[in-house]
Amino acid sequence: MQITFQQVEYRYSFNTPFEKLALQDINLSIPTGQFLAVIGHTGSGKSTLLQHLNGLLKPTEGLVQVGEHQIKAKQKAKSLKSVRQKVGIVFQFPEHQLFEETVLKDICYGPMNFGVSEEDAIRRAKELIVKVGLSEEVLNKSPFDLSGGQMRRVAIAGVLAMNPEVIVLDEPTAGLDPRGQREIMDMFYELHQEKGLTTILVTHSMEDAAHYAEEIVIMHKGRLKRKGSPEEIFSSADELFEMGLDVPDVVRFQYQFEHKSGKKLPKTCLTIEELASAIRTVSDGGEVL
Amino acid sequence: MKEIIKVDDVHFRYPDQNSFALEGISLTVNQGEWLAIVGHNGSGKSTLAKMLNGLHFPEKGRVTVDGIVLEESSIWDIRSKLGMVFQNPDNQFVGATVEDDVAFGLENHGVPYESMVQRVNDALKSVHMEDFLNQEPHHLSGGQKQRVAIAGVVALQPSIIILDEATSMLDPKGRKEVLETVRKLKEEENLTVISITHDLEEATKADRMIVLNQGMVFKEGTPEEIFLLEDELIKLGLDSPFTIKLAGALKEAGIPLSKTYFTEEELVNELCKSHFNR
Amino acid sequence: MMEKMIFGRYVPAKSILHQMDPRAKLLFIFGFICVVFLANNFVTYGLLGLFTFSALILSNLSLRFIIGGLKPILWLILFTFFLHVFFTKEGPVILDLGVLSVHEEGLRQGIFISLRFFYLILVTSLLTLTTSPITITDGLETLLNPLKKVKFPVHELALMMSISLRFIPTLMEETDKIMKAQIARGAEFSSGPIKDRIKAIIPLLIPLFVSAFKRAEDLATAMEARGYQGGEGRTKYRLLSWHKKDTGALVVLALLTVVLIIFRG
Repeated sequence: MQITFQQVEYRYSFNTPFEKLALQDINLSIPTGQFLAVIGHTGSGKSTLLQHLNGLLKPTEGLVQVGEHQIKAKQKAKSLKSVRQKVGIVFQFPEHQLFEETVLKDICYGPMNFGVSEEDAIRRAKELIVKVGLSEEVLNKSPFDLSGGQMRRVAIAGVLAMNPEVIVLDEPTAGLDPRGQREIMDMFYELHQEKGLTTILVTHSMEDAAHYAEEIVIMHKGRLKRKGSPEEIFSSADELFEMGLDVPDVVRFQYQFEHKSGKKLPKTCLTIEELASAIRTVSDGGEVL
Repeated sequence: MKEIIKVDDVHFRYPDQNSFALEGISLTVNQGEWLAIVGHNGSGKSTLAKMLNGLHFPEKGRVTVDGIVLEESSIWDIRSKLGMVFQNPDNQFVGATVEDDVAFGLENHGVPYESMVQRVNDALKSVHMEDFLNQEPHHLSGGQKQRVAIAGVVALQPSIIILDEATSMLDPKGRKEVLETVRKLKEEENLTVISITHDLEEATKADRMIVLNQGMVFKEGTPEEIFLLEDELIKLGLDSPFTIKLAGALKEAGIPLSKTYFTEEELVNELCKSHFNR
Repeated sequence: MMEKMIFGRYVPAKSILHQMDPRAKLLFIFGFICVVFLANNFVTYGLLGLFTFSALILSNLSLRFIIGGLKPILWLILFTFFLHVFFTKEGPVILDLGVLSVHEEGLRQGIFISLRFFYLILVTSLLTLTTSPITITDGLETLLNPLKKVKFPVHELALMMSISLRFIPTLMEETDKIMKAQIARGAEFSSGPIKDRIKAIIPLLIPLFVSAFKRAEDLATAMEARGYQGGEGRTKYRLLSWHKKDTGALVVLALLTVVLIIFRG
């Protein structure tokens, strides 16, 4: 299911003295099954952009096309419901949305809102609870008896249970310890590979963007500054530094190394292994081994 | 080095739990050092931090802060020597505005009005938030709120600051702001800093590290020593800093290095010197 | 419409009213509420109107803004007016509409009571418009201080109020976030039968409550860590200072009272 933004503009508090331009001139096309990372400062418009993906916000100008659905300024709420089933959003600190008496009921809340039968919802919950790294017995517990990390996984399962075609992740690893971060990101990547789920990741981690994304979009002051593959984007480290953004550790190291040694590496390295072997080749007088 | 905190075989359990959150912890903190306490979520690091401030009491064992033994009667004395910055920027912001929040601790300690105004202003200046006196918290970023919290702590002129995962809810910019602020204050005021974190990069800048695992001390040492345990750290739910991983990869690619631990700058220089004659 | 509503909102500006001590303003309001009932003829209501209007000017806030912000209240005032006009059956009939009739006294009462309502709303709005919530809390706390002698928990109440006020914007933001998260999971808050809409609030209320309790716990821990032990021995950072203009305001109130008594019917 393809997603397209056409000349999208969004203003907060439209037509009041507090009006603020949050997005302007957004033109973006996200093909089905892509893993896209959105990076940018707090306040760059990332979050506003996200909320247009499932119609939580409607553009004040322009058009957002999600599959066959069109989201425009005068859209009525009713027609947006089916978009919300197709585009699942995992907000930051999703554990804050848990409310049901049991984990099972909470996971079923989403799918049942969209007309899924209770049996089917329960079946999905049982599958997903294992998929997110928890055991089936957790299903009968109260979500509030779980640890923060467990609650987060339950919340993620609740969104996945809606069977969306697109999954949007707003800093899914915020506040987790290193192992938790790895496990959550690997899980989403696996889902992406297995089910061809279009995945849109908003993150501050340049490493995650470089590691998982096929395409990266940079948001800056409400505009879409640049779009390209991780290699393209991180090749212009200077531009990113100017915008006050960082680059992955590997890229930063390559940048410092090239400046100090005067030698240029054959390409922009995105992993530690690539970097190590690139440095090796350059130390042999530039012979590619 | 003078010992400023001593934790002696401390055991602690939460009221409704059977298992120990802290089991036989013994450690010391030296005056003027930056100590990082790391561990996976649930390892007991936050519990330990709260105990140092008298927010918990040991079931067994003893905690001594600057010569004062921790017990019900001494917590307020201890709390005047030890300030704490917590994880959630919103949930420790008491005042209606920035200056009100910094003044809160001073009011609690009965500081007379005349000195309060000066101390509030000085504290805010030291964290570069002096332009935000009248701002309300919902207009501030996470990093700014944490800096106000730090100002609130330093206004009371403690000798020890504990950062209880104070950067884990912040974005990279906020994290940098907070750590730089604390670093500067540590030098200016000769503070002892205990930073509870699972952020490895933050821990690399410490003088000394203690790794907790499941309520017990796993290992203690300098960052260099601790990071040598690459794989074990990963098994404990932590990670290894970038430079260690890169050094490992370089060695495998046929570029051995003379030392075992570097900062990024040191690693770049080492490579240029020994392999590129620059 | 919520954004235009001014009842209860604070608008910072530079004016005498803004600079006045909150205690003076609070005492003034209290006095004014009593004094308003002294008026009982066109002269006294007219004088009150003049007085209220002058107070509005003193606030240095745009009149259009204030009157515009009172529009929601206008309906209430109109309703009160018509209630009296049609249902106070005293005095000669001046208009006969068959089923309903308007008596002279009814019209008089209607006008007076609506005016009274209007003046009261205007003047109390002026209080909240020119005084920040935390300053009002401070004023209240200082005024009620003497009650400490009878073990009335003045400090605790004031602290509770100031913390609640501080968290209102934060909680509103959180409500927004939770609503969006649940809408993204298919919740519908603004359509469907009333019964459904009430049920739909649960996924909003429970997370809010849970988070509010967590906040309270964290906050209490932080307060303790910062040496909070209750009101004993605490000093105060926010000091209120009484000036000539504050005494002046109360003198003006006294004068108004005298004038109204003189011109009463």
